Amino acid sequence: MVPNHIDFRSAAADRSRRWVLKAGAAAGGGLMLSLTLPLARGMAEPAGADPFAPNAFIRIGEDGRIALTMPYVEMGQGTYTAVPMLIAEELEVDLKEIRLEHAPPNEKLYGNPLLAGVQATGGSTAIRAAWKPLREAGAVARIMLVAAAAKRWQVDPASCRAENGEVVHAPTGRHARYGALAADAARLPVPEIAALKQPGEFKLIGTPAKRLDAPAKVNGTAVFGIDARPPGVKFATLAQSPVFGGRVKSVDDAAAKAVKGVRQIVRLDDAVAVVADHMGAAKKGLAALAIEWDQGPNATLTTQQIADDLQKTTLAAGPVAQKIGDVDEALAGAVTKVEAAYEVPFLAHATMEPMNCTVHLRKDACEVWVGSQVAGRVQAAAAKTAGLAPEKVVVHNHLIGGGFGRRLETDGIVRAVEIARQVDGPVKVVWTREEDIQHDMYRPYWYDRLAAGLDGKGMPVAWSHRFAGSSVMARWLPPAFNNGLDPDSTDGAIDLVYALPNLRVEYLRVEPPGVPTAFWRSVGPSHNVFVIESFIDELAAAAKQDAVAYRRALLDKSPRARTVLDLAAEKAGWGQPLPERVGRGVALQSVFATYMAQVAEVEVAKDGAVRVRRVVCAVDCGTVVNPDTVRAQIEGAIMFGVTAALYGEITLKGGRVEQANFDTYQILRMNEAPGVDVHIVRSFEPPGGMGEPGTSAVVPAVTNAIFAATGKRLRKLPIDTSALRQPS
Amino acid sequence: MAFVLNVNGGTHSVDVDDDTPLLWVLRDVLGMTGTKFGCGMALCGACTVHIDGVATRSCVTSVDSIGQSAITTIEAVGATATGAKVQKAWLDREVVQCGYCQSGQIMSAAALLVSKPHPTDADIDDAMSGNICRCGTYVRIREAIKAAAQLTERGD
Repeated sequence: MVPNHIDFRSAAADRSRRWVLKAGAAAGGGLMLSLTLPLARGMAEPAGADPFAPNAFIRIGEDGRIALTMPYVEMGQGTYTAVPMLIAEELEVDLKEIRLEHAPPNEKLYGNPLLAGVQATGGSTAIRAAWKPLREAGAVARIMLVAAAAKRWQVDPASCRAENGEVVHAPTGRHARYGALAADAARLPVPEIAALKQPGEFKLIGTPAKRLDAPAKVNGTAVFGIDARPPGVKFATLAQSPVFGGRVKSVDDAAAKAVKGVRQIVRLDDAVAVVADHMGAAKKGLAALAIEWDQGPNATLTTQQIADDLQKTTLAAGPVAQKIGDVDEALAGAVTKVEAAYEVPFLAHATMEPMNCTVHLRKDACEVWVGSQVAGRVQAAAAKTAGLAPEKVVVHNHLIGGGFGRRLETDGIVRAVEIARQVDGPVKVVWTREEDIQHDMYRPYWYDRLAAGLDGKGMPVAWSHRFAGSSVMARWLPPAFNNGLDPDSTDGAIDLVYALPNLRVEYLRVEPPGVPTAFWRSVGPSHNVFVIESFIDELAAAAKQDAVAYRRALLDKSPRARTVLDLAAEKAGWGQPLPERVGRGVALQSVFATYMAQVAEVEVAKDGAVRVRRVVCAVDCGTVVNPDTVRAQIEGAIMFGVTAALYGEITLKGGRVEQANFDTYQILRMNEAPGVDVHIVRSFEPPGGMGEPGTSAVVPAVTNAIFAATGKRLRKLPIDTSALRQPS
Repeated sequence: MAFVLNVNGGTHSVDVDDDTPLLWVLRDVLGMTGTKFGCGMALCGACTVHIDGVATRSCVTSVDSIGQSAITTIEAVGATATGAKVQKAWLDREVVQCGYCQSGQIMSAAALLVSKPHPTDADIDDAMSGNICRCGTYVRIREAIKAAAQLTERGD
């Protein structure tokens, strides 16, 4: 395959780089590079007045140790391994030489509100954002170290080379370790231009590097937020109003206080917490509380009411997110018209590490121990709740036991600080699984209406898509919500891989009463790709054409999409015969700057039970930094998506979430896990996102496979197996 | 009341209610945080430890039910031959992602391999389906268990 032409060298010479990279002496000696890593669309927060607010730091100490501090957090996606690879590649050091330091590098620096304001990990952004700046930083450091050596030896820098953490002057056989050169390098000017390696010169990028965080995660020494143990810590758990928006009316805590180990009952407006010597006592105390709730305005709310409201909203036109050609005219002139409505449910994140946060609030200072995707927001939320200036709040960020978007929120931090206000000394607030599921912030419920017009050959000449649901972005980052639209809700719906001559996409923001919504793995595309890839499958069926061939015919403008579609179909044995009630389904997408096609092979039992047997995935995610991480992310994202397709559903009755633990909110298990084959297309495009795409693609691949196996088109998730029973 | 527990070869005296789940004694009283809390109802397996070698959900095992039995946690399973092989296989196969469930996965896998040194896929399903991984590392867990069984076979 011939890659599109990308000139890495001219990109590296981008003069704007000097805005975001500085070098100088490190505190304690050595060379320090500070740079600003951009956060991708929608993830960046309003910048401060200072044009240079660094959020990543590379320190080469006089002892030769290289330390990286960066704003991205590790939540399983392999960032702690892939990001150091970018630096090591250009700096010419072994990956093992780079030590990652948990942000913050020191408390004083972390207290900088400009720094705190830009820390977020999510949206499959880390590698995309770090790709250029971190390689440049590595190259700049290398050039400065080489220059320092050349100056010391009175030789031409061009006659020196960097390798394995040292500078070598081959003609005279001299060499010096980076550590011995770091202090001299810090006194040199930052070079104007750093030429980056061409893909053919990569030594590390594209090789399967071992995860740096793995050893601690297999021997029990990895420290997650829930494992924080400041001296004297007490343990708390809580009950929040079971009805969204309710408040505490009365509490009888006599029995709870009598539980051995229970120290204190903390009453808040809309929650009650039990503080104890250990979580066992706190849970027992919580169970012994008799709480009467004032249920508030949502006491009769049901999921059906929310769905009905969305359905009615889509009867009228909404803000136009995308418009190509004239859809109404094309629909009127079409030979065949196909219409369908789709619905997807609220979903919980159900991270394996339940929500938790440890807080020590003193008169004029606050310490927070947590695993968060948004350390800066943690600091701001804690400060606001505690009534302190942000610089009085120290945040100790930790490894994250599953993020998936849940830890982009700070509701749990606010809760913990509210409780800590009434507790003398540090308190660790751990939510039970039931609280975690019933007081999550949910992937929105969506209702979609689609219409397409086909020509005489069955090909689409008009595409109309109108949908309604919550805008997470409007709450999470208000400046990103403009003219009734936001870039997340419509992501995956407006820039289709298919060439459609007439297209209109409308989005109507409807906020469900009382139900908090949030980003969820694969965000906007988690909904849009299901709808679009199901409907295109419907069009192929209406045209009586093969699902792969039909899609392929619409890909003239998208060669990367065609490549992954062809590869997935070939590897999956598309078209080869299958037993009765077994089907293959395909889905294709371009989201998070990554092209992906998946073919799912699904078996539907006579009683309607669905088993996903195998998923074949072909991916073009641009330049691959760590291919093993790409595979791991796709394998995992597919399990996440299959879980949602088969089981994922949060429902409300009486304003309360009906699901509570893993018995009622099921997660895919080992005995249900499909085999996954990942095929990576060799590409030299800039890296695309990898944390999310696998999840959005697999859901329609599975439902399309069910259609192939049974003839039943599923337009509502999760899969209703009762609709799939074989008539006897 | 006071209990004397045999954990990882050492004895620990703790003073808690009889019905306190072992999980909280390990994590909060003894400060051994490698064993994880996931559900509190034996639905997810994150809290799995060995009691006399048997994989046990510590979140529903009350402290008064243990007596003199030997408790082994993730912190010490690497000192057993099978545990060390499982951990090695986990690293070789790059199983972990967020890693939160992996203590429990490794404890379940180690107990499986002690009872069945050469597990079939069905054996793996039976032993491991009680352990949820939200990151979805199941494909690699299965491969790693098979790889660990091979390590056992070769004695390396």
